[in-house]
Amino acid sequence: MSVANRPVHRPLSPHLQVYKWQLTSVLSILHRATGIALSVGALYLATWVIYAAANPTAYALFQGFNTSILGRIVLGGWLFCAFYHLCNGIRHLFWDAGYGFELKDAYRSGWIVVAVALIATVVSWIVGLRLV
Amino acid sequence: MNSDLRTPLARARGLGSAREGVHHWWAQRLTAIALIPLVVWFAISLVMMSGADYGAVRAWIGSPVVMVLLILTIAIGLHHGQLGLQVVIEDYVHGDGSKLALIVAVRFIAVLFGLAAVVAVLRIGFGS
Repeated sequence: MSVANRPVHRPLSPHLQVYKWQLTSVLSILHRATGIALSVGALYLATWVIYAAANPTAYALFQGFNTSILGRIVLGGWLFCAFYHLCNGIRHLFWDAGYGFELKDAYRSGWIVVAVALIATVVSWIVGLRLV
Repeated sequence: MNSDLRTPLARARGLGSAREGVHHWWAQRLTAIALIPLVVWFAISLVMMSGADYGAVRAWIGSPVVMVLLILTIAIGLHHGQLGLQVVIEDYVHGDGSKLALIVAVRFIAVLFGLAAVVAVLRIGFGS
């Protein structure tokens, strides 16, 4: 092995344990994470509809889980994932069109997305329960 | 002089090395835009229906407007999810075999669950 090809054991970059988190990268990771979570959630929701077409006994299984504490937490989590991914997706569409790339704008739109997603989660819950 | 190494025909087709051009990118954006109103409607409906019993949920699914919106949400939502998961797989799975296997599996699962859910909606709506 020539000197040039010899492996050099230098530390690899970036050093994750000392890496300073930024809003922009965290939101980017969160966009993917919520996207994956929503994909898994979609299979659950599809199964919910399939069971509703089956029989009351099968459906009771889903209703039992949906109305449990864990079911409520899952619903709240799903709502936040959906609204976060939706809002940040709109942010992405603006980037696709060429707007909002200045660092200041990227941070501002990031915080707006987080705020709107949280508000939409609460508001949709209230509106949904009102309409029952 | 043209410094582009592609042939004029390849440039006109614009399909690139993956031979599908911007189709995936465009489909992802188009489904995203369609999902904006659908997800807002579906999220509120989900809260509304989360505690509903068998009869109430079937009455809701079976009403004409809900049937149409629900089938749209299922089809476009799963299509969008499949496109997104494909990008994640392409980014993080590096073996050609496992990458292809995962992409195919995700697409098959999406179509299977999507079709089953649409058939379920139609069965409820048309009362069989």
